[in-house]
Amino acid sequence: MPRTSRVAQNDRPGRGSRAALLVLPATLWYVGFLVAPLIVLAIMSVGVRSPNGGYQPALTLEQFANLTTRITPLTNTLGLAALNTFICLLVAFPVAYTLALKVRGNWKLVLVALVVIPFWTSFLIRTYAWMTLLGANGVPRILGWVGFEDVQLLNTPFAVSLGIVYNYLPLMVLPIFVSLERLDRSFMEASRDLGAGPVATIRQIVLPLAAPGILSGIVLVFIPIMGEYLIPILLGGGKTYFLGNALADLFLQSRNWPFGSALATLFVIGMVVLVAGYLALSRRLVRAGRESSLL
Amino acid sequence: MASPAHASGGPRRDGLPASETGGTDIRAGRRAARLERIGERTAWIYTGLVFGFLFLPILIVVIYSFNAGRHVTELTGFSTQWYTIAWSDRFLMNALRNSLTIATTTAVLATVMGTASALAMDRLSPRLRWLMELLTYVAIIVPGIVIGIATLIFLVTAFDWLNPWLAYLAGVDAPHLGLGAASVVAAHTLFTMAIVNVLVRTRMRGMDRNLVEASEDLFATPWRTFVQVTFPQLLPAIMAGALLAFTFSFDDFIIAFFTSGQDQTVPIYLFASIRRGVNPSVNAIATVLLGVTIMAIVLAGLVYRRGQRRGGAGAQG
Repeated sequence: MPRTSRVAQNDRPGRGSRAALLVLPATLWYVGFLVAPLIVLAIMSVGVRSPNGGYQPALTLEQFANLTTRITPLTNTLGLAALNTFICLLVAFPVAYTLALKVRGNWKLVLVALVVIPFWTSFLIRTYAWMTLLGANGVPRILGWVGFEDVQLLNTPFAVSLGIVYNYLPLMVLPIFVSLERLDRSFMEASRDLGAGPVATIRQIVLPLAAPGILSGIVLVFIPIMGEYLIPILLGGGKTYFLGNALADLFLQSRNWPFGSALATLFVIGMVVLVAGYLALSRRLVRAGRESSLL
Repeated sequence: MASPAHASGGPRRDGLPASETGGTDIRAGRRAARLERIGERTAWIYTGLVFGFLFLPILIVVIYSFNAGRHVTELTGFSTQWYTIAWSDRFLMNALRNSLTIATTTAVLATVMGTASALAMDRLSPRLRWLMELLTYVAIIVPGIVIGIATLIFLVTAFDWLNPWLAYLAGVDAPHLGLGAASVVAAHTLFTMAIVNVLVRTRMRGMDRNLVEASEDLFATPWRTFVQVTFPQLLPAIMAGALLAFTFSFDDFIIAFFTSGQDQTVPIYLFASIRRGVNPSVNAIATVLLGVTIMAIVLAGLVYRRGQRRGGAGAQG
């Protein structure tokens, strides 16, 4: 990077030690509350469960071998998380598109703020409100008036998906909105002038340019969904199970700390690989976008 | 805006005379325009529905917080009794105090450490900088539930080891270390500090380096350059970071669930009372929190606008 090298050239003696002093508190915090806990987690993952629960020192890969036989919650979570991220994308994209390209001036800011405001209220309260709405005396009752008797909405996978879409929508709308905001309107006008219909314009102009935003949205939503704990418990009645629920059960109920540690270690590695892949892909997308816009 | 009709008027590249294709061109253009109008209207209706979806639950909460009846499902009249009940709930007030203390401490620590590390990162050696970046991203990536569990088992293990030593060194009145508000602050600060760091560095990248260099050329001390040049430019990012840190910490359930020990926070209290069954005072608490949030947003907006106006006036004068 040319900028940082210029800064390095400007370096004066004494600056290096001051820089070290400024990063010291943050570094200590990372070591004490991130690196050390993750190391403890890794150590426990090669241990065994002591007879009455908890951890007993050992050096075995037993827990990781167990992971392959008890893989179902993991694959279930992957599938559910992918599905719900996709639903989120489907719901969010038209909203981001409308806000970015159809709204003008100050209204744009107001409407974007409105997308974010529900996000600033308590997560538990929002989910509680949906429990009320989906419960027997909420929407199902209204459905009963128009002839659909005994529809169960609460404690179903549908309720879980609804809760997830509701709570993660802003995380999907915002990055797509930002990438579409930068989209040059003249591209769309050029596309129309060249005789392309609206669908072709969206497919050939809007989608490729929105790709980096879509990608960020997917990553921003997918990661927290994988570790989701509250929504499956409150809206799914504990019947739909995510990795977060599996981890909480392993550490709090069955107290199988070593197996839980192995699962958590695998989870962290998976997320790091995912984000590294995302960074590589988004860099390529941005480069491709820049090249194509030069043409 | 160039129209299709205009485009077809000029000499065409394919060599066909304009009159032969012009008619279909215009018709196609009209059809495209009509399709676009329909598309636009659908997009608006759809966006409106999504906004309804976003605000419906919040509306429900506010309405039912003023409901007289105990049952959330039937509106029986106006009453503020749930507010009184919530206000006199000792456990809730205790949880609120804990949450405010934890969130404020987290916001201050995260803002100071996140900003300091962001300012210095560019001046580190490339290898150290890479390490700091790695730690920052890992702190953001690691899911909250893993942070909560890892902090829990780490602290429990560390306390089991430390407490006998403390008792040995200080005798009977030695402090007994345990989980509590402090361990929640430790885990919250980790994540939010990384967020502040990323926000401030993003802002620094968009900053005008020339101003800093000009200040240095005019023999300003590094501290003065920071106070008069760097800090005002970074302020929006720092404020946004502090606000995010406070909100995250105040709203977090999962990390606090594992690391708070005996100290209840508002989300933990809410979780427990929701699981216990219908409790309309939850709606009252939610409405108060919502009101405070909206007031804070409006206030922040006003301060921001005023700052901008003053900044603009300063630039002119």
